[in-house]
Amino acid sequence: MALSNSYETPAPGFNFDNAARNAALEGLFDGGQTPKPLKTGTTIAGVVFKDGVVLGADTRATSSEVVADKMCAKIHFISPNIYCCGAGTAADTEKTTDLLSSNLTIFSLNSGRNPRVVMAVNILQDMLYRYHGQIGANLILGGVDCTGNHLYTVGPYGSVNKVPYLSMGSGDLAALGILEDGFKADLELSLAKELVRAAIHAGIMSDLGSGSNIDICVITKQGVDYIRPYQESQYKHSRKTKYKYPAGTTPILTEKVVPLKLEVVQETVQQMETA
Amino acid sequence: IGLRSQLKDSVPVAGFCPQGAYGVQDSLRSGFTSVKNDLIPSHPLELSEKNFQLNQDKMNFSTLRNIQGLHAPLKLQMEYRAARQIQRLPFLQSSNLALDTLRNSDECIGFEDILSDPAQSEVMGEPHMMVEYKLGLL
Repeated sequence: MALSNSYETPAPGFNFDNAARNAALEGLFDGGQTPKPLKTGTTIAGVVFKDGVVLGADTRATSSEVVADKMCAKIHFISPNIYCCGAGTAADTEKTTDLLSSNLTIFSLNSGRNPRVVMAVNILQDMLYRYHGQIGANLILGGVDCTGNHLYTVGPYGSVNKVPYLSMGSGDLAALGILEDGFKADLELSLAKELVRAAIHAGIMSDLGSGSNIDICVITKQGVDYIRPYQESQYKHSRKTKYKYPAGTTPILTEKVVPLKLEVVQETVQQMETA
Repeated sequence: IGLRSQLKDSVPVAGFCPQGAYGVQDSLRSGFTSVKNDLIPSHPLELSEKNFQLNQDKMNFSTLRNIQGLHAPLKLQMEYRAARQIQRLPFLQSSNLALDTLRNSDECIGFEDILSDPAQSEVMGEPHMMVEYKLGLL
């Protein structure tokens, strides 16, 4: 379809044509009934321990007051030695981490090395600052590289923080309490896993936006252990009966068959060459 | 090459230049005018995204000039201009391979590679009009 009112092909990237229309629509709906984006309303946490980094997350995704996804995966793969937990708008965290992962894969194919965590953090910071917080992604990046074990957080406006333990999301205050209480430098693996589990559990219990299962991801020099789920929610319910009805449950009252009359208008035969 | 098709190279003052002849709004093509629409873009990111590549280049070239003297950005800009001229006809999508290699954007993926890819756009512009606009005949 040819559009006769554009002189140039539209530029690639974000398209702001509908922004004015959306602003006008919001005024019409008086009371904000516009559809809300899917947020993850999360608890995510990370801890640096003796041999690496442990990341943890809950698995609930909410869309205002409704639970939209009970088993969503919030720990995203960035590279074999770096994983990222994402809080905020679900689509934004997904796409941003996918882009980051692609860029780092290209880099590692070019140079033959595993990417460092600082590289991931810098790329993210540049990308998020460019969009001035319109991309709602609060990310916790954890990884092991040749320089050691690192844990960073990147905010939606591009702020970066390097810390030994950390939690983000709507349940971060509850989780941070547990982390502050139990964190020590150079923890053992089992203690670190238990600490993160307890922190996420506190977030799940005290925050409405977090819930369901707990996922844990352990990154060490030897490799990655992605345990999904680490702890299942105790409020899982299963369907009591089968909801499939046998044939004949609904009585048929009347039946009317109308045959369609088709007439052959034109017939062409095309030989297919099967040589 | 027409003057108006090169206007997109400069950073616009108010944000949008009216598209019609003599600088007046072309109601047939762009709809009714509104002072608010012309002065303030409807989205906070619209202007900064439109000029992002331009501003980055300006910043990089001015830093380079301060460090290495005038010849460095001059030589680079000469190469950019040469590479930018390798294009297909206006309504066809050009690969911009030389320009991408110069800019190092052939090894990076950003939102402009995924969203609103012109190679996969659902509408196409009218070829005659686009060529005329490019040549400045319109």
